[in-house]
Order: sequence, then C-alpha cells, then structure tokens
Amino acid sequence: MTESAAAGIHPQPAAALAPTKLRVRDLNFYYNGFHALKGINMDIPEKKVTAIIGPSGCGKSTLLRIFNRIYAIYPKLEAKGEIMLDEENILDTRYSMNKLRSKVGMVFQKPVPFPMTIFENVAYGIRHHERLSRADMEIRVEQALRSAALWDEVKDKLKQNALGLSGGQQQRLCIARGIALKPEVLLLDEPTSALDPIATGRIEQLVEELKSEYTIVIVTHNMQQAARCSDLTAFMYLGELIEFDRTEQIFTKPGKKQTEDYITGRFG
Amino acid sequence: MQANEAAAAVPIQEVRAHRDARDDRLFGWLLKGCALLVLASLLGAAGATLWGGRDAFMHFGFGFLTSSEWNPSDDVYGALVPVFGTLITSFIALFIAVPVSFGIALYLSEVAPPWLRTPVSSAIELLAGIPSIIYGMWGLFVFAPFFADHVKPWLTSYLGNQPDDGKVSWVAEHIPFIGRMFGNDNPFGGSVLTAGIVLAIMIIPFISSVMREVFQTVPTRLKESAYALGSSTWEVVWDIVLPYTRSAVIGGIFLGLGRALGETMAVTFIIGNKMKLSPSLLDPGASIASTIANQFGEAAGLQKSALMALAFLLFVVTFIVLMIARLMLRRLAHKEGR
Repeated sequence: MTESAAAGIHPQPAAALAPTKLRVRDLNFYYNGFHALKGINMDIPEKKVTAIIGPSGCGKSTLLRIFNRIYAIYPKLEAKGEIMLDEENILDTRYSMNKLRSKVGMVFQKPVPFPMTIFENVAYGIRHHERLSRADMEIRVEQALRSAALWDEVKDKLKQNALGLSGGQQQRLCIARGIALKPEVLLLDEPTSALDPIATGRIEQLVEELKSEYTIVIVTHNMQQAARCSDLTAFMYLGELIEFDRTEQIFTKPGKKQTEDYITGRFG
Repeated sequence: MQANEAAAAVPIQEVRAHRDARDDRLFGWLLKGCALLVLASLLGAAGATLWGGRDAFMHFGFGFLTSSEWNPSDDVYGALVPVFGTLITSFIALFIAVPVSFGIALYLSEVAPPWLRTPVSSAIELLAGIPSIIYGMWGLFVFAPFFADHVKPWLTSYLGNQPDDGKVSWVAEHIPFIGRMFGNDNPFGGSVLTAGIVLAIMIIPFISSVMREVFQTVPTRLKESAYALGSSTWEVVWDIVLPYTRSAVIGGIFLGLGRALGETMAVTFIIGNKMKLSPSLLDPGASIASTIANQFGEAAGLQKSALMALAFLLFVVTFIVLMIARLMLRRLAHKEGR
C-alpha cells in the first residue's frame, strides 16, 4: 500500500463510484522463481467493468487467473499477498476452492464448450454447487442462456452437441455457463480475441448488459475495446500496475508517460 | 525473340501439368494397392482357415460350436471349451487391465510431477516390448506357484463353494455364481484366472500408453474451464477428459482386447490346457490359440481340420467384438447429441 502510494498510484479511483468488491493488497506472484507480478494494489469496484490492458507478457492474464485461483492447478506457482473478496482472503489456503469458483466465474480466450449437449454445458457447472429438480434446472439453464443473449438461437437445439455452434455462439455459451452459477464476479480473459467483429460487438454489448448484476474484470489487448466497454482501466507493464483510473481519464489524460506511450501506440 | 520465349513457355507449363496429373494418378493407385493388400490378407487368412476347417464344419455341423467334447482318440471335436476359455481369459484381462491402465494414464498425464513422467512412460513402453514367451515362463515358474500358495487358498476358502475347512462363506452362499466360480480343489496354480491375470499384465502397457497419449491431447483451456466451474480433478477427468477422448480410449481398450484374444505363448504356458468345461476360474482350461499351439504339430485329418475351424472361429469372435465396439461408440455419440 505504502509502496504504491509512493509510486503515486491511487488504488481506489472508484471509491466514489461503487463499493469495493475485490481488494488486492501487496500481491506478488512467482512462477518457477520468476517474479511475474510485483506489489499489485488495486480496488475493483462492485458492478462495474474493470479493464486490464498492457502489452503481451505484462502479467494481465496472470493477475486475472489469480482472482479465481485457477493457477493453483499447476505446480510451482505461488501468489503472496492478499485479495479480499467480501472481507475474506481468497489466497488463504483454507478458503474453499468450490466456494471461490461459485463466486468468481471465468470465461477464457478461446471458446471451449465441453463435449456435451448445449443444455448439459450450462447445467454441468450448476450441478457442482446445487441440487435442482429437472424443472428447476431447465429454468436456470434458460435464464443463463437468456442473459447470455443466446436463448433465441439455441432454444430448439438444446439437445445437440455444443461443438456445432459458431465461434461467437460458443463463446456466449461459455459466458452462459459462467453466469449460470450466479457468480458475483465474472472474469473475462480476452474473450473476443478469437472472434470476428460482429461476434465481438455482441459480446461487448453483453458485457454492458451484465454489469448491472456482476462485477466484471476484463483483460484485453484491444484498447478500443477497453475504452468502449469499461468504467475503469488498469494499465500494466512488466508485472507492475502502472496506472489505474477511470477509463476516460486513462484514455484522455493519462497520469503516466508509459501509459500515454502505450495508448497512443508508441509501443506495445 | 521475346515472342519465341513466350511461345516456348506455354508448352512447358502444359507438359508440367500433364506430368503432375499422371504422377498423382500413379500415387493414388499405389496407395490404393497398399490398402487393398490389407483387405486381401484379411480375406485370404479368413478364407484359408475356413477352407482348412471345412471337414470339421461339415462333419460336426452346428454341434461343433456347442459341444464341449474334444477327444482326439475318438476323433470327436467341439469348440466350446476353447472359445469359452478365450472369451473368459480376455474378459478377466480387460476387467483388471482397464481400470489399472486408466489409473496409470491419468496419473502420468494429470497428476504426476513432470520429472517423473518420462521415465515411467518409457518403462511402460519397455514393458510392451517384452516377448510373450517371457511372460509365459514368468507366469509358469513364478506367478502360478505363488498364486497356488498364497492367493488361491484365500479365494477358495472365502469365495468358493468347496472350501478346505468345509465352511461355506456368506459370499459364496448368497451371491449367485461366485461360489462356483471359485470352487476348486486343484492344487496347481495354472488356471483360467492366472492366465487372465498374466494377460492383463501383458495388455496394460498397450492400453495405458494409448490412453496417456490421448489424454495429453485434451486442450488445457477445456480442463481449466471445468476447474473454473468448481470441478475437482476427478470430475474434470470423468466429465471432460474421458468424453473428449472417448473413441480413442475405446480404440485403445480394443487394441488390448485384440491382443488378449489372440495371445498364444503366454496363455499356452499357464492356462493348464485341459479340455474340460468348468464354471470355476481356478480350474485349468484352454483357449483357441493355446489349443492350436499345443496340438497342431501332431494333428492330421479331422483333428487338423478342427484346429483350422477353431482358427476361423477366432476370426469370427474378434470380428464380433469389434462390431460391438463400433455399436457402443455409435450409441455414446448419439447420447451426446451428435
């Protein structure tokens, strides 16, 4: 905290916007001894879209992957520091993985439907956390597909394999799968990088709609996307959080030279 | 001059196109020939055994399949004992080998630390390269005596219907077939069960290396997505990895089964080679391959024809097993909505 204050980063640019959902304090991350994230402090506000931008290898995906501890399935990765979600430290090894993953959903870079029917793809995650009757499950699946703006396209083929959908539909299915668990936080790791412009537009529109209910953190290497659909933007470079502020501030009057160089396309 | 060059260039391209088309056609025929060779040898082998076994088939008719009598001195032959022995040993082998291979492959692809993966995988591949006669000798001289001394008494007294102390256990009394499956007083270790166990050890390397390879083809992102929804490692494997690799896994299992059905030397050493139908797995028996290996040298006339007919039946059994595999795959695919 003091370190970042010394570096002039305000960890809470959004204090006025909304209460904090995820509070990151002195987060350091190592893999195989490599210091990948250095002293990250940031407060991610509730029910807002926070974008993380930066050049490849800056640690933005790594940071996102710590928020649901997906990194923990691999050996030799270590996160130190504190991430408070509703006043509980999710980095504490006693924090239940199952609980964390029901609260924090994630959508990956490439659409990855499971090798099952469309219905089962959405129902699969729900079954890990809740026991529902067949009718309730159908309602939940429909709700999730509706919120992901996919219902009208798939309602007649719920029993078909999900691999038959187009790339954009598959990615919306993955979002439906994520929100079917009713998480509080939704992590999107470059969700549109494998999609065409039309499908990308759909997803961005969806992000806009979802933020009334979910805290969204989106990692993107597309700066226009960050500018279009986020409330706050964090700029990362070489494992450090350089600047974190309101999106219009970052894109119009960045506080740091490095941020300005990056968003004006001088490097990255 | 320039006009001349242009005129010469066109024919060269045409010649080239003509030559390419001819080469491609030749290449296509060559490939077709290779593929047809497989088909020809398959039909040839099936036809030759059927032709060789025609005397036995005509002499015994359908009874060849249903009779359990195999008596060279009276020239009476029935295939039931070896066919049954082949199926039961292969089934035992799969029953043991599939779960064990699944565990090995899963451990190596999902759980084991990276430094351990390569040595263990190479060890498994080495195991696959051991000649079957070595397995046979090990089975006869090491495993069968050990089995007779330490495992069999336990099986007969706790599961069998003829225990040495005369007290039939609860399991043997209440669960149908179990008692008869382990009821036996033969002191020798060589039996249908030991042959099945040795077969299991022989096919584990095949099945597990196929499984390990296909498990590694599952995209990381797919597994991560499942973990991100709150799945445990077991759930990821069972719900994601296994369905994703299903057809290759079943293919690997049937590769192992194919080997188990036809395995000759190891089974001949251990199975006991007794032409008697017995419900007990602890009794000696015979398989198709072991019967042929044992008797073909001295056989003549009708006996030789009966052995050829057995060989043909092995074809048929293998064919039926493969058909069942295909049907299973199709039904599974149907269930997934494809």
